[in-house]
Amino acid sequence: MLGATLGAAAFARAMAPLAELTESTSVAEFMQKHYRELSRDEMHKVLRRLEGETERRYGREVTIRDVRPTPGVQFAYALNLSVCIGCRQCAEACHQENNHDRATHNSYIRVLEMENGSNDMERGRTDYDHAVPAPGKFYMPVQCQQCENPPCTKVCPVEATWQEPDGIVVVDYNWCIGCRYCEAACPYHARRFNWERPVVPADEINPDQAYLSNRIRPQGVVEKCTFCLHRTREGRLPACLEACPTGARVFGNVLDPDSDIRWVLENKRVFVLKEELGTQPRFFYFFDV
Amino acid sequence: MSDQHPTTAATPRLSYLRFIQALVSRSMEGSAAFYVWMIVLTAIALVGAHTWAQQTVHGMAVTGMSDHVSWGLYIANFTFMVGLAAGGVMMVIPAYLYHHEDMHDVVIIGELLAVAAIVMALLFVVADLGRPDRFWHMLPFVGRFHWPVSMLTWDVLVLNGYLLINLHVVGYLLYTRYLGRTPERRWYVPFVFLSIGWAFSIHTVTAFLYSGLGGRPFWNTALLAPRFLASAFVTGPAFIVLLLQIVQRTTRFRVPEGAVQTLLSIVRVTCVINLFMLGSELFTVFYGGGAHAASARYLFLGAHGHHELVPWIWSAVTLNVGAAVVFLTPALSRHRGVLNTALAATFVGVWIEKGMGLIIPGFIPSTLHELVPYVPSRAEWQVTAGIWAFGFMVLTVALKLGLRVFTGELHADEPAPAPGAALPAEVA
Repeated sequence: MLGATLGAAAFARAMAPLAELTESTSVAEFMQKHYRELSRDEMHKVLRRLEGETERRYGREVTIRDVRPTPGVQFAYALNLSVCIGCRQCAEACHQENNHDRATHNSYIRVLEMENGSNDMERGRTDYDHAVPAPGKFYMPVQCQQCENPPCTKVCPVEATWQEPDGIVVVDYNWCIGCRYCEAACPYHARRFNWERPVVPADEINPDQAYLSNRIRPQGVVEKCTFCLHRTREGRLPACLEACPTGARVFGNVLDPDSDIRWVLENKRVFVLKEELGTQPRFFYFFDV
Repeated sequence: MSDQHPTTAATPRLSYLRFIQALVSRSMEGSAAFYVWMIVLTAIALVGAHTWAQQTVHGMAVTGMSDHVSWGLYIANFTFMVGLAAGGVMMVIPAYLYHHEDMHDVVIIGELLAVAAIVMALLFVVADLGRPDRFWHMLPFVGRFHWPVSMLTWDVLVLNGYLLINLHVVGYLLYTRYLGRTPERRWYVPFVFLSIGWAFSIHTVTAFLYSGLGGRPFWNTALLAPRFLASAFVTGPAFIVLLLQIVQRTTRFRVPEGAVQTLLSIVRVTCVINLFMLGSELFTVFYGGGAHAASARYLFLGAHGHHELVPWIWSAVTLNVGAAVVFLTPALSRHRGVLNTALAATFVGVWIEKGMGLIIPGFIPSTLHELVPYVPSRAEWQVTAGIWAFGFMVLTVALKLGLRVFTGELHADEPAPAPGAALPAEVA
């Protein structure tokens, strides 16, 4: 009896740090339903609660909206490798637009410096640190390929990630359990995990936020590129495209016959990464020759 | 249901719950050595629990994992534990399929080991979750259970199913023994056969978790599930042979020599099959070369100035090959000391091969061919040690109580210590 009491007391003491968690996690947050099960009313409440939490924790008033896909829109992205100079402006724009953690300088885009004459990623590197473009090199930015056949959504045990009708693969940050199976399944290193609570100074926060995209993510969940759906679903362009100084990036609705993306897909010899895996990316690469 | 009373004395009717209660109330009885052992394990488990609590609050940045190597020591141990649980079934097959009499007596030890190993496997998964507070999202009907598409949901089903089946079989056999009744075959034999098939399923599904990922060439091989099973059938019997010797020394349970010999013949075969499959894998990867060999090259030889896993894998190869030589050389395996060393060696060897040797290289180089090394952090080692310690606590108490019921030391008639026990109290 004494042993059991002592054991229980010691166990309670060992688990004491968890008390901090119960303080920071509200009942409403704990009980929140899956994104696709929330009614309009419930969604409204969730958004207001999240805005309140952001203001309390980060000291910045933000707007979090639930931006839905438009019927008849299928997004695709193309990148001109002949023009890209590897300046990483796109990665930086992503970092700011999507309220990424400042200390880790997180971004959904990684830029590979590749050797001319080879498309072998094994000979590429992301940690280059010199003036660009370097002679004999070309540059290949990689972000979420928004696959038509996404291996990442398939593996999720709780359906916290799925493909939207406009082709964008999203994550419900309030439903993800943080098992990181999707991160293992992704062939493009497109997913990121919040190993800690992201830190962003109040004056650097982008206040224009959406539930499924750039709102500040909770600790312990997976996130990814959403083609800036809070912008693109309202007719604006992704932040990475706007930041590109060479015009290497082309984005749009492939169902629109007059769109730039449609022109590229019809007139350029495009290719996709790791085609052999059958993931069918919506992100295309091409050279200008 | 007809009650059978092999004992002449009227057996008091006792509900299953009261039986569990009675066992729990006796679980703290034991020698000084037992107390020292349990206190040491409790201390380690508490350190692990505390570290896990801190990890949950401060985030998984306390681990050595990164977006490049997003699974580490926890998932490595999880994989190994599933194998150990499946390996326990290697006692059940000879006992029930081939009616091996000696095995019948010890089969309960294999099942208790399976229970402890599954508990540990589940704890390792929980330790790896970024949001354990959202655990309920994974519950069928309550959350959104992505079955049958996600292999992880299959794993949840088969692991918990295996736990329940084993708990039922062990619980029923001990309960009837405790009451002095003869167990009715229809209440446990079908479940025993179910558990045999199920044991294969838990490790197959766990292998499919990895081998189904097209983007990870190192895991994307059909040989993974067979390899998992082969190595599981090395570690399971190897561990049980060691365990049986401890049981023989510390309890009144008499281990039949035939059981040990059967398990050793199983290990002799499975350890060779395991090495053969490793060899086939290595040939395919190194002879063909190309990008698919990158992970294997990093693992065995190191790459781009990084050699973090090289000492691990060569230790594993040395331990496994050394153990195989001992098992296959009668002149060596005749010596108990040498044999036991070999059994322990292959246990550790497979732990490395399946853990650090299989999970980590799947992420190195990354899918964009970046080489980011991984070294488990202190926090990860603490949580891991804590779960191992807790697993040993479960196993110790389960074996101690289970075997005392089995030998008749604990039974419904005499809740107090048996007065007729003439043996000295060296019972642990």
